[in-house]
Amino acid sequence: MTDDELIWRIAGGSGDGIASTSQNFAKALMRSGLNVFTHRHYPSRIRGGHTYTEVRASSEPVRSRGDGYNFLLALGDSFARNPREGAYYGNEEAKPLLENLDDLHEGGVIVYDSGLLDEDDTDNLDARAEANGWHVYPIDLRTMAREHGREVMRNTAGVAVTCALTGIEPETITGMMSDAMPDKILDPNLNVFNQAYDYVHEEFDVDAPDVTVPEGEHDEEQVLLSGSDAIAYGAIDEGCRFIAGYPMTPWTEVFTIMSQALPQVGGISEQVEDEIAAAALALGASHMGTKAMSGSSGGGFALMSEPLGLAEMTETPVVLIEAMRAGPSTGMPTKPEQADLEHVLYTSQGDSQRVVLAPGTVEEAYDHSRQAFQLAYEYQIPTILLYDQKLGGELVSVPASHFDREPNPATGKMLTEAEIEDAPHDASGKFERFRHDVDDGVSPRTVPGQKGGRHLVTGNEHNPPGHISEDPDNRVAQMDRRAEKMSAIRAHLDDDSLNYHYGPENAEYGILTFGSQQGTVEEAVDRLNETGISVKSLTVGEMMPYPIDEVSAFLDSVDEALVVEMNASAQFRGLTQKELGAYGDRMASLLKYNGNPFEPAEVVEGFETSIDGDDQVSGNETRFVPAAGD
Amino acid sequence: MSAFTGIGEEREIEREEFTPGLEPQPTWCPGCGDFGVLKALKGAMPEVGRTPDETLLVTGIGCSGKLNSYFESYGFHTIHGRSLPVARAAKVANPGVEVVAAGGDGDGYGIGGNHFMHTARENHDMLYIVFNNEIFGLTKGQTSPTSPKGHKSKTQPSGSAKEPIRPLSLALTSGASFVARTAAVNPNQAQRILTEAMEHDGFAHVDFLTQCPTWNKDAKQYVPYIDANESDDYDFDPTNRAEAQEMMRQTEEKLYEGEVLTGIYYRDDDRPSYGQEKRAIGEMPEEPLAERYFDDDYEWERSADLLLDKHR
Repeated sequence: MTDDELIWRIAGGSGDGIASTSQNFAKALMRSGLNVFTHRHYPSRIRGGHTYTEVRASSEPVRSRGDGYNFLLALGDSFARNPREGAYYGNEEAKPLLENLDDLHEGGVIVYDSGLLDEDDTDNLDARAEANGWHVYPIDLRTMAREHGREVMRNTAGVAVTCALTGIEPETITGMMSDAMPDKILDPNLNVFNQAYDYVHEEFDVDAPDVTVPEGEHDEEQVLLSGSDAIAYGAIDEGCRFIAGYPMTPWTEVFTIMSQALPQVGGISEQVEDEIAAAALALGASHMGTKAMSGSSGGGFALMSEPLGLAEMTETPVVLIEAMRAGPSTGMPTKPEQADLEHVLYTSQGDSQRVVLAPGTVEEAYDHSRQAFQLAYEYQIPTILLYDQKLGGELVSVPASHFDREPNPATGKMLTEAEIEDAPHDASGKFERFRHDVDDGVSPRTVPGQKGGRHLVTGNEHNPPGHISEDPDNRVAQMDRRAEKMSAIRAHLDDDSLNYHYGPENAEYGILTFGSQQGTVEEAVDRLNETGISVKSLTVGEMMPYPIDEVSAFLDSVDEALVVEMNASAQFRGLTQKELGAYGDRMASLLKYNGNPFEPAEVVEGFETSIDGDDQVSGNETRFVPAAGD
Repeated sequence: MSAFTGIGEEREIEREEFTPGLEPQPTWCPGCGDFGVLKALKGAMPEVGRTPDETLLVTGIGCSGKLNSYFESYGFHTIHGRSLPVARAAKVANPGVEVVAAGGDGDGYGIGGNHFMHTARENHDMLYIVFNNEIFGLTKGQTSPTSPKGHKSKTQPSGSAKEPIRPLSLALTSGASFVARTAAVNPNQAQRILTEAMEHDGFAHVDFLTQCPTWNKDAKQYVPYIDANESDDYDFDPTNRAEAQEMMRQTEEKLYEGEVLTGIYYRDDDRPSYGQEKRAIGEMPEEPLAERYFDDDYEWERSADLLLDKHR
């Protein structure tokens, strides 16, 4: 069997080097001219527990995980717990081989490490393989690695076996290894690689591979990076030189990238006692005139509610990022979900005065990150970048040119001392930081240390120089001015939209989604159009202020729309209905909240269900909720 | 040239510069100890040679949080318990600015207790004044973290079952490099201690006894006070950690026996401040970060040049 794409799954336990091996494999395929997309699945555990990464590679653009996989390299979990009869966690050692095996395509390949996985322990693998046309290769990778290098190099042996079985040129991988590994470990790894590669050629007939890898060529240079990389790089290019944080999965990735990069550019990273402090530090740094950020995931972001409100009231520019994972509470720390949307929109007391952006792809993660800083500083408002574990962690090949941009350190209306001299002051000599009548509601600011710029800021309602004030007229003037900023931001985004349309403009049906499901939905749109169903999609990137006109126009243009999101309570559909005040009778929902992102086929099936009207999807991975009216 | 000419001005500074020209009259109750903090701080500023434009006063919530309404400088009135994280980032972002944080005992030792420990540990070069009145004042007299065991209030009708926080010992254990206690009833000592605290290069914690005549003790109950550094009855060396610790223990116990001990309890003038430590490991720029955003000639680094290679 040949496919037009490879979906290679490497599975083992946490700590078995799945992430680094798959990253190098993906990068090698990218360098060979293919487009790649990775999907990670891992437990909240340091050693052991079923972990896999899928690398999808094609000559065509890939914008999503695939449907299942066609090549399984099962290393076995070397840190597995001893299985007991009836243990709730099952036989961990065998999970990398047996878990999700139904998702392996017909005619697919299984390579497993018979040095770790006992052939007697593989259930009814032989019978299933025969029924599905799978090709099974038990190979003692562990012994091979030990004899020719070190035991931990069994991953290298597994990659070599993959190359031999699929026809990937060995140089594709060995060249990558030479770049990535220091000499000391390179030589034994190369030795293991060559031995394993030769072994397969000696033992098996590989002239007609069971699964082949397509050939591809890029029009321009590609780079392999994740949403977390892209968010951090966007921040750096906007002149952000201060970050404060506290570790929490999956936000830790951005925090780590920034903490390593900032000292190289004269920036400052602060790891502090909790997320209340983290966000408050970002405010303190921004108040002094620097460009600053903080962030966390759901539970940590909950602690930021107070400083977030303080940033709204004091009009301190700041970017906070929120990397969603499955909740409530500790939830499933390493699994993606999109259930913190309402949390970031409304947390903290009083009327929300913030911007919330939700990038959908790696390129958008960079673009939205830059836009987040621009809006925060131009409009003196907290901006939240909402994404999830899926977008943060998936590695995707994207054109390098997308990141080749000019820096923008602009800080908005921050006056120089010369400008302060001519600015309005009160009778006490205080600079009027919060004037009622200003363009777009944005009153210029000064920063401590500037001569003649002193003023107060406070979380209390305040008058122009920043003194606490409960005067009703001033209150209304200040509230209205701050609200005016939201209108100005809406107009700003209308000129420079972060929402993404895909598919034929005059389509009969629509799919509405947000964030990391974008690519998967777009692949589903392609497949549906290929089967003759006319459908287009809109991925909304602007959560607050909401693009009411644009989404209304989209919904007006279609007969029905399916709203796709990863949560159980249809928060994005609810937000859309609330903002639009209509269309409840033509928006059905497709939801998924089992810890795994959608596969394209699930969106296709959910969509067919919505227009067939039978309201039932197969299996229990996704849930369909019909339109219910307003 | 610096974009901040307000910093480091060489001129004569008058204490009255720190009195707002508009509405200088605080709204604290008559006889409140908070007046003593305001007066001592205004008096200390000319002594340390800092002007209103180069001073940032960061406060929490409560009667004490209103300090910057009555003190002419840059002011950031934050939220309950969070003055320290705002203040320390301000210091890191622009070390040239004189940063003073202030709040009440509930603010600093209760809701903000975690920040207190960690700011002390990091040893930021700043003054932190805790208005300790042993009560929650603005919310009308509830038991606070420093109220003595058995303290009765509307929310503790049978008397508090808890031992009070020991603020001086807590500061020392947490890593503060300057720890003192003064009292509103002792204005000369208060001004001297605030001056020394600001001159100290590190985290200087001053537990400031501020009587609350409305809900708790009046001024008379803090008199007579004893300056432990001067008194013949006490002999300890504030640069000796063990002696300081013992003196703090006595001071904290005696407060609840009616004996008011004050003074500078501990100082370690050799310990580098956080800014010095951060610079030593190459994680803080030599020139204040805040300057860079006003420098039109600065060549801003690009991620594409710095970081993209490893993704190729």
